[in-house]
Amino acid sequence: MSRLFLYLPLVIFALLALWFAVGLRHDPSRIPSVLIDQPLPEFSLPAIEGHDNPFSSADIIGEVALVNVFASWCIPCAIEHPQLIKIAAEEDIVIAGLNWKERPGDGAAWLRRLGDPYDYIGDDADGRVAIDFGVTGAPETFVVDREGRIRYKQVGPITEQIWTADIKPVVDRLRAEAMQ
Amino acid sequence: MKHLVLCLVLLVGSIAHAVEPDEVLDDPTLERRAVDISRNLRCVVCQSQSINDSNAPLAKDMRVIVRERIVAGDGDAEIYAFLVNRYGDYVLLKPPVQPNTAVLWAAPALLLAAAGLGAWFFLIRMKKADDAAGADSTSDNPTPGL
Repeated sequence: MSRLFLYLPLVIFALLALWFAVGLRHDPSRIPSVLIDQPLPEFSLPAIEGHDNPFSSADIIGEVALVNVFASWCIPCAIEHPQLIKIAAEEDIVIAGLNWKERPGDGAAWLRRLGDPYDYIGDDADGRVAIDFGVTGAPETFVVDREGRIRYKQVGPITEQIWTADIKPVVDRLRAEAMQ
Repeated sequence: MKHLVLCLVLLVGSIAHAVEPDEVLDDPTLERRAVDISRNLRCVVCQSQSINDSNAPLAKDMRVIVRERIVAGDGDAEIYAFLVNRYGDYVLLKPPVQPNTAVLWAAPALLLAAAGLGAWFFLIRMKKADDAAGADSTSDNPTPGL
């Protein structure tokens, strides 16, 4: 009996090691969103300079849509951008942009240079709508269903792989859901 | 004297404050409340700092919101709820006591109890060994009573 007790520290150590080994695989920057399955926040944003497609929450009700938070000052957004252009060209999906904390004109110039995949773009200069979305950084992308509920949140750039493996299946599922 | 002043200056300087002058409310009581609330809210960009201490632009936006809500007459609980609804409990630096944090909050007491129990058993065994050694006085134990 007391012989078994000798192994207790070893057992505790093994359990802790296992616990930490699992913990190390978690990405600490990944913050779970509380907005999943919640309705989209209500907002109405003006268009960015030189564009005539302002973005309000009502615009995307009835469509499966992506809401993409972007800014010209955000380096990963530039990395993500070609993938958004590709999605806009290949998929029949509404893409709305939330131009986050941008100086007037910067977002428009950035889109002129890199191309414009957005059906709607809202100028969120003071970042209020981004906070309503629980945004922690850019880029972030929300998949919104036809009823206007947020169903998926992507933190960080959408790569080709993330699109095919994670986001497109959600979009397809939401489309099928709405067909029934 | 010079050294004392220098020490004081360095001490004061080490208290990090990211609040910018244009954010500060005119009413010192309300500003005090804003700072207290801001200290309990996590900067979701830097994660280990409160929004009161963080220079991140998003932390500034959140500080401004806290002050706006205070001026609008919201209570502390309403202000926390506003941010929790958007960012989850994660935005609170001190986790609330609720079912999913019960283990976290109970852990110190449970560990203390386990350690106390262990110590108690250990002492009982020591005492037994002691008594046995004391009773066996004929043996040539070189360290009696230990």
